Amino acid sequence: MESYFRYIPHTKEDVRRMLEAIGVRSIEDLFGNIPQQQRLSKPLDLPGPLSEPDLLSHMEGLQGTLFSSFLGGGAYRHFIPSVISHLVSRSEFYTAYTPYQPEISQGTLQAIFEFQTLMCQLTGMEVSNASMYDGASSLAEAVSMAARVTGRKKVLLSQAVHPEYRQVIRTYLDAEQQEIVPIPYLKGKGATDERVLAQCLDEDVSAVVIQSPNFFGVVEDFQGVAEKIHEKGGLMVAGFNEAIAYGMLRPPGEFGADIVAGEGQSLGIPLSFGGPYLGIFTTRDKFIRNMPGRLVGETVDLEGKRGFVLTLATREQHIRREKATSNICTNEGLCALMATIFLSCLGKKGLRELALMNLSKVEYAKKTVSQIEDCKIAFSSPTFNEFVLEIRGNPEKVVKNMMTEEILGGLDLVRFYPELDHHLLVTVTEMNTKEEIDRWAEVLEKAMK
Amino acid sequence: MKDIKDTGLLQDEPLIFEQGGEGRKGYSLPRWDVEQVKEEERIPSHLLRKELEGFPQLSEVEVVRHYTRLSQWNFGVDSGFYPLGSCTMKYNPKMNEEVARMRGFAHLHPYQPESLVQGILKLMHGLEGYLAEITGMDRVTLQPAAGAHGELTGMMMIRAALQARGEKRKKVLVPDTAHGTNCSTSAVASYQMVEIKSNEKGVIPPGKVAELMNEEVSAIMVTHPNTLGLFEEHLAEIAEIVHRKGGFVYCDGANLNALMGIARLGNLGVDMVHLNLHKTFSTPHGGGGPGSGPLAVKEELIPFLPVPVIEKEGETFRFDYNRPKSIGRMKAFYGNFGVLLKAYAYILSMGAEGLKRASEMAVLNANYLMTGLKGSYYLPYDRPCMHECVFTDRYQEKDHVSTLDIAKRLIDYGFHPPTIYFPLVVKGALMMEPTETESKEGLDRFIETMIIIAKEAEENSDLLRQAPRKVKVRRLDEVLAARKPKLKWNRDQSQ
Repeated sequence: MESYFRYIPHTKEDVRRMLEAIGVRSIEDLFGNIPQQQRLSKPLDLPGPLSEPDLLSHMEGLQGTLFSSFLGGGAYRHFIPSVISHLVSRSEFYTAYTPYQPEISQGTLQAIFEFQTLMCQLTGMEVSNASMYDGASSLAEAVSMAARVTGRKKVLLSQAVHPEYRQVIRTYLDAEQQEIVPIPYLKGKGATDERVLAQCLDEDVSAVVIQSPNFFGVVEDFQGVAEKIHEKGGLMVAGFNEAIAYGMLRPPGEFGADIVAGEGQSLGIPLSFGGPYLGIFTTRDKFIRNMPGRLVGETVDLEGKRGFVLTLATREQHIRREKATSNICTNEGLCALMATIFLSCLGKKGLRELALMNLSKVEYAKKTVSQIEDCKIAFSSPTFNEFVLEIRGNPEKVVKNMMTEEILGGLDLVRFYPELDHHLLVTVTEMNTKEEIDRWAEVLEKAMK
Repeated sequence: MKDIKDTGLLQDEPLIFEQGGEGRKGYSLPRWDVEQVKEEERIPSHLLRKELEGFPQLSEVEVVRHYTRLSQWNFGVDSGFYPLGSCTMKYNPKMNEEVARMRGFAHLHPYQPESLVQGILKLMHGLEGYLAEITGMDRVTLQPAAGAHGELTGMMMIRAALQARGEKRKKVLVPDTAHGTNCSTSAVASYQMVEIKSNEKGVIPPGKVAELMNEEVSAIMVTHPNTLGLFEEHLAEIAEIVHRKGGFVYCDGANLNALMGIARLGNLGVDMVHLNLHKTFSTPHGGGGPGSGPLAVKEELIPFLPVPVIEKEGETFRFDYNRPKSIGRMKAFYGNFGVLLKAYAYILSMGAEGLKRASEMAVLNANYLMTGLKGSYYLPYDRPCMHECVFTDRYQEKDHVSTLDIAKRLIDYGFHPPTIYFPLVVKGALMMEPTETESKEGLDRFIETMIIIAKEAEENSDLLRQAPRKVKVRRLDEVLAARKPKLKWNRDQSQ
C-alpha cells in the first residue's frame, strides 16, 4: 500500500459504499462539473511519495550548518527552555483553528488574554492585540494606523530603524498617498538625529517612527520626544526588534509613545531561518477602535463564570469587509503562546537578569575587541546586546576568513548602509560564552590581516 | 479558599498573574562567566525601567500545569472531527513537527551566509517549484505569512504591473461569495470594491462580469472553488473577459484542497493565486497561526515579486535582491520558513498521486456528508459539491432554532461546529468541510448526530438553545465583552 495512505483512511470498500450512497458510479463522476478540457490530463510532475523514514533522512540532509554565531540584527539566539517546546506541542493548542467557538477554545483565548497583558506590561502600554505577522509588518501597520487616526500624509522614519522594516513600511504605504521622510542617524553616535527630526516635524506629520534599541543596538533617548510630536498633533510610533531589552529598559509607553510595534522572536521562538516570528502591537485605549488585528476580551458565561472571547470584531475583515482596519486574519497565535510561556517562566526577576547578562556580555565583548589595534567601536551611544564595530580591511573578506574557523563574526553592514563600508554589526547574547567571545576576538584579529 | 469546587477535570484555572509568589522563577540562566556590569553605569538611568510591574513569578511546574490545564479546554484536529468550512482542518502529520525542530532548521540565523544554507535554499526553491506545478503557474514567492498577506502581496503586484504599463485603475471586482479578506485586502491596497452577485446556481455569471468590466477595473478576485463549495464553471470565460479589458484575475486559493492533480488554476486563466499552506498542505493552524500564504503568479507578473527571490545557478542557490520592478518587501527575511518546511515534507510524503488522492477523498467526503444530511437540513444549492457543502437552518426556523444553536449543540456531542453564518449570500449558513483525513465511520457518526439534533430541534428545542452544557464555560456574553472591553488583567480587578 502506498505510504500516503497513513493520512487517508479510505479503503476500497469504503469508497465503493460512499459512492453508492451518493448515487454516482465513480470518483470521476464527482468532478462532473469540471469541463473535460479543463481537467488535468496527466499526473503532476512531483517527487515522492516517500515513506516516513525515507523522508526523515532526506530532510536531515537539507539542514544548514551551525557555527559559533555573533549574528543578530532582528533575529536572536537566546536560550529556549524545554518547557516551551513541550507545552506548545500539546496538540490541543497547535491543531486548533482561530478560536471562533469560545466554549471549546478557552485555552487559546485565556493564553492570548495573558499574552495581551504581558505585552502591555513589557511595553508600558494600555492595550495589545493578539499578534501580527512579524516586527516589520507590525511596524508598517502602526504607520498605517497613525495615518488613519490623524488623517495626515507624512511619516518621519528614522534611518536607524531596521532596514528591512523600513522596506516593508515603504511597500505597505501607497506612495501616492503617503510621503516618507527619512531622518538620518548621527555619525559617531548611531542615534536618530533629533535636530533634523525637530526641523522636519510639522503639522502634516502623522507619525514619527523611531526604534529602540535601534538597528545598531543603540538605546535611543526617548526623553521629551513624544511631547514634541504631540505638540504638532502627530503620533509617536516606537519600534523594536530585540524584546529582551525591555527587561531592563524603560518602556516606550512611559515616554508617551502612542503605538509600540516590534518583534517578539527573542521571547522563546526559534530562529528558524527568519520565521515564523511574532509581531507585537500595543497602543493606547483611546485608539482601540482603530487597531488592526484580533483582540481577546474577558466576559462571563450564562452562569456568571469568567470566560474569554474574541471581541471588537467590528474592526476586522470578516465583519467589516472593505471597511476593516486591516486585512489580517491568521496571525502568529502559537508564537504568541511561546512568548507567553517564556515570559511566565522567566518572570519578573528572570527577564531582568537575562537582560543584564546580555548587557554584560556585550560590554565584555566591546572591552575585549577595543584592545585590538584595527578595531574601533563605531558609535559612542549606549547599546543593549549588539554594537557596530569599525574594522580595517574589507568586511566581506573578514567575515569569510572568520568562517574558516567556524565563526559567524558579525553582519556586514554595507548591504544596508553604503556609508558603513568597514563595519560589522556584532551581537552577543547569553548564549555566547566568555571563551567564545575571546576566540571570536582572536580570530577577528587574524582575519583582518 | 473560595476557589475550591468539584469541577472534576475541567478545573478552574486562574490567570497566570493570579498565581505564584514573590521571588519564584521557572528559568535558569547560563553560568555568569563575565563580570556583571552595573546597568546604570552603561545606560543613562532615565532610560532604565524600575521593575516589570505585574509580571508573573512562578516555578517551572506551576507554569507547566497552568498551560497544560489551558490546553485541556481546547479542541483541535487531534481531539476530534473539525468540519470547519473553508479552513481545511485536515490531520497535521507529526513527523513534520519533528522535522521543524531539527537543529539545522530551528537554529539557523536568517543572515547566515548562503554557503551554509544551501540545503535550505534548495528546499525553498523546490517548494516553489512544486507549488507552481500544482497550480499551473510560472513562479512563486514564499514570503507572505498568511493567506491575507498573500492577497495583499498580489494586489500590490497588480498595482505595480498596471503602473509599469502607465495605467492607474481604481476598482476591483469581488463576488458576493468572497472571503472577508478579499474585500478588506482590496481596500487596504487602496482599491474601490465593486460587488458581483452570484447567480441562482451559486456561481459568477460571465454576463455580469462583462457588464462591470472596463478600463477602470484592475482585477477580479475570485475564490475557486468558491465558498459555496462549487466549481466556478465559467471561470475560464470570465478570465477572458477580464483579460480582454487589460485586467488581471486574482484567485483566492484557500480551497485548493478540492483540485490538486485534478485541475490547475493556471490553465483556467488565473494570473495569480495564493495558497494557504496551513490548509491544503497540512501545516497546523496553531490556534490562529503561524500560517503561510505563498503567492503563485504567471510570467508577466514575475518582475514584480517581492524581494528576495531564490535563483539557481548551476548547482548553487542564492538570493536575488536586485530586482528593480519588485514591489519591495512584505515582511522581514524570507517567509515563515518553519511552516514552509512542513509543507515541503507533506508534498514529498504524498507525491503527485497522494495529493490527487487527497483531493478525491476530500470531495468524496463532502458529497457523502451532503447526501447524508440532505433530508434533515436545507441545502440551498442542491448540486454536487467540491470539498465542502453549505446547509442552512431554514427547516429549523419554525422551531425557533438557529444555526448558532445547532452549532453549539454539536459541541455537546463532542464535535467542533462547522463554519457558521458564512458565506453571507446564504442566510444562516452551516458550512462543512470534512477533508480527506476523516474516515467513513467518523462521517457516519457526525451525520447521525446531526440528524438527532434536527429531531431535538423539533421535539425539545431548548436542548439546542441551552447548549453547550458539557463544557468548561457555557455561552459567553459577547455583547458585554464588546461594550465594556476588558482586554488585559489588572491587579485591582482580579477575581
